Amino acid sequence: MSGAARSARQWRAASAGNGVLFVLIALLIALTLGMAQLEPLFRALFPDLGNPLYARDSFLNLMLAHIGLVLVSSLISVTIGIAAGLFVTRPVGREFEPMVSSLAAIGQTFPPAAVLAIAVPLAGFGFAPTIIALSLYGLLPVIQNTIAGLGTVPQTTLEAARGNGMSRWQILRRVELPLAMRVIIAGIRVSVIINIGTATIGSTVGAKSLGTPLIAGLVGNNLAYVIQGALLVGLLAIVTDLLFERLERRYSFGGQA
Amino acid sequence: MALPERRRWVGNRVLATLLIAAVASVVLLPFASLSPNRLVSGQPVMLWQALAGWQLAAFALIGLLLLVAALAGPLPRRLALWLSLGATLPLLALDLQALGAYAHGALADASPAARVSQGATFWILLFASALIAIDALQRLRLGPAGRALYGVAALAVIGVCFSGELLSPLSIMREFANQRDNFIDQLVRHLLLVGGALLPALLVGLPLGLLANRRARLRNGLFSVLNVFQTLPSIAVFGLLIAPLSALGRAVPWLGELGVSGIGVAPAIIALVLYSLLPIVRNTYSGLAGVSTGALEAARGMGMTPRQILWRVEIPLALPVILSGLRIVTVQAIGLVVVAALIGAGGFGTFIFQGLGQYAIDLVLLGAIPTIVLAVIADFALQILVSLSRPSGTR
Repeated sequence: MSGAARSARQWRAASAGNGVLFVLIALLIALTLGMAQLEPLFRALFPDLGNPLYARDSFLNLMLAHIGLVLVSSLISVTIGIAAGLFVTRPVGREFEPMVSSLAAIGQTFPPAAVLAIAVPLAGFGFAPTIIALSLYGLLPVIQNTIAGLGTVPQTTLEAARGNGMSRWQILRRVELPLAMRVIIAGIRVSVIINIGTATIGSTVGAKSLGTPLIAGLVGNNLAYVIQGALLVGLLAIVTDLLFERLERRYSFGGQA
Repeated sequence: MALPERRRWVGNRVLATLLIAAVASVVLLPFASLSPNRLVSGQPVMLWQALAGWQLAAFALIGLLLLVAALAGPLPRRLALWLSLGATLPLLALDLQALGAYAHGALADASPAARVSQGATFWILLFASALIAIDALQRLRLGPAGRALYGVAALAVIGVCFSGELLSPLSIMREFANQRDNFIDQLVRHLLLVGGALLPALLVGLPLGLLANRRARLRNGLFSVLNVFQTLPSIAVFGLLIAPLSALGRAVPWLGELGVSGIGVAPAIIALVLYSLLPIVRNTYSGLAGVSTGALEAARGMGMTPRQILWRVEIPLALPVILSGLRIVTVQAIGLVVVAALIGAGGFGTFIFQGLGQYAIDLVLLGAIPTIVLAVIADFALQILVSLSRPSGTR
């Protein structure tokens, strides 16, 4: 009975979560497409500003540029990060595991904004340094969680798989990766959320993103621009985080939920 | 199961890989760059062009020693590791000395506006010596004391190189000389902002963590609210705080006189506190939740009051986890203060964003490198504190 009650409560919580997610996604799309319609509101809130609506670029363009930056860099980080995590957990690369783990740990103490700044002398201004900084920084949580996730697979499970006559490749694909997937996705989630934030600062090194109106507002003392940029990027981060939470839950097995 | 043993030539493949990377960078990438003035990009200078004969010979000797240490045959394993660890200190010193000596020589008969900057190979050699040291320290399984000793030795080498006039002709050191007073001010400001945010965060976060531990009902709601702040990009939180705070500063004059306004310190501290709460509350909660029921029952059986149990049993046992939360938060705050410079809060971020605005790379580095050093030092120090706080026997 308590089990039934719990599952009913979980179901209710999940459907409430769905409701919140849909409302937030709708809000995100509506604000991205219809920020211009809110001009009277911003004019009323900030009567002193001559230009209360950021108009140098459409918010749709800025949103797509932001998502593009995060998507490209996250694809690079996830590909390299999972490959590196796999390499150091196979017999060939095990020797590199302590080094890679401590690099990933030390690297994450570097402030993302400082990494972004250091990428400028390496790659100039614009899209390139932002992509480099985001991919490098995003790599670290993915590597760390890939190693941790593969490490949680019990030795007995691996032996059972070997006993069943599965090849190494089969064990990796059908046993290790599915069992480690939840932890790996948690690492990707951390990486993507940090990258959404760092891409915002990317506008200070010349990459177009939702940070562009935000920074322009801070520099030009235009609070309306600041709010428009901050609102959209904040919503984007929350929606992305909720989507990842959902994805993580899908990969949980039995008692791990 | 055993694979057929092949004869292994390389005993330490990590060291061999690092060595190959270092040699490749020496061959392919510039060691320094020389430019006629601060605004023009420089001419690349390769390592062999920059160095005198004895320096080249010394580099070659260190490379040879590291190669011997990486091979499987000639040396016993531990001796090879000690050799590679020992070789990193001269490598570090030589890297810095060579750059400084080159800058002195190249600028001796150049115009005063000419500048020498460090190149990719300089950084890669620095980085390689750090990685070789980390690898050797891990394989030698040295304890915290050994690691700290090596850290002090490396810092001493760096300190000696920076103390004299050796590095002063470098472009970034000239920038530092121009900004010396300002640099100290921003360092102090950076640290004050971090401290000013951590203190209230601890004062609020520790009781909240205790509450989350005692009231299961509160826990989930509290964690999801705090998680939202961790998710939001920092610059967005800073930005969204400006309007309400400036309104507050105007509406309540005495708050305004205290310095509460839309930009500057107030929004920075508030945002930093909001970011810091989740790790503190979560770690306090899980530290307390990790105290074994056996320990609690023993304490109760000894007739301790709930207050005594909290202070003498639960908090001491939970301390390592709580301090790891503090470690996360401190490192995070040092990074977030950089961004707070965009709303006029000061700190090292000021140099970074000023430098980006003027395309003055040295100024950017003058902000970015000290921030990274600060974060790494804070992380290392708190890591040692965490391991000291573990009850003896579980260390």
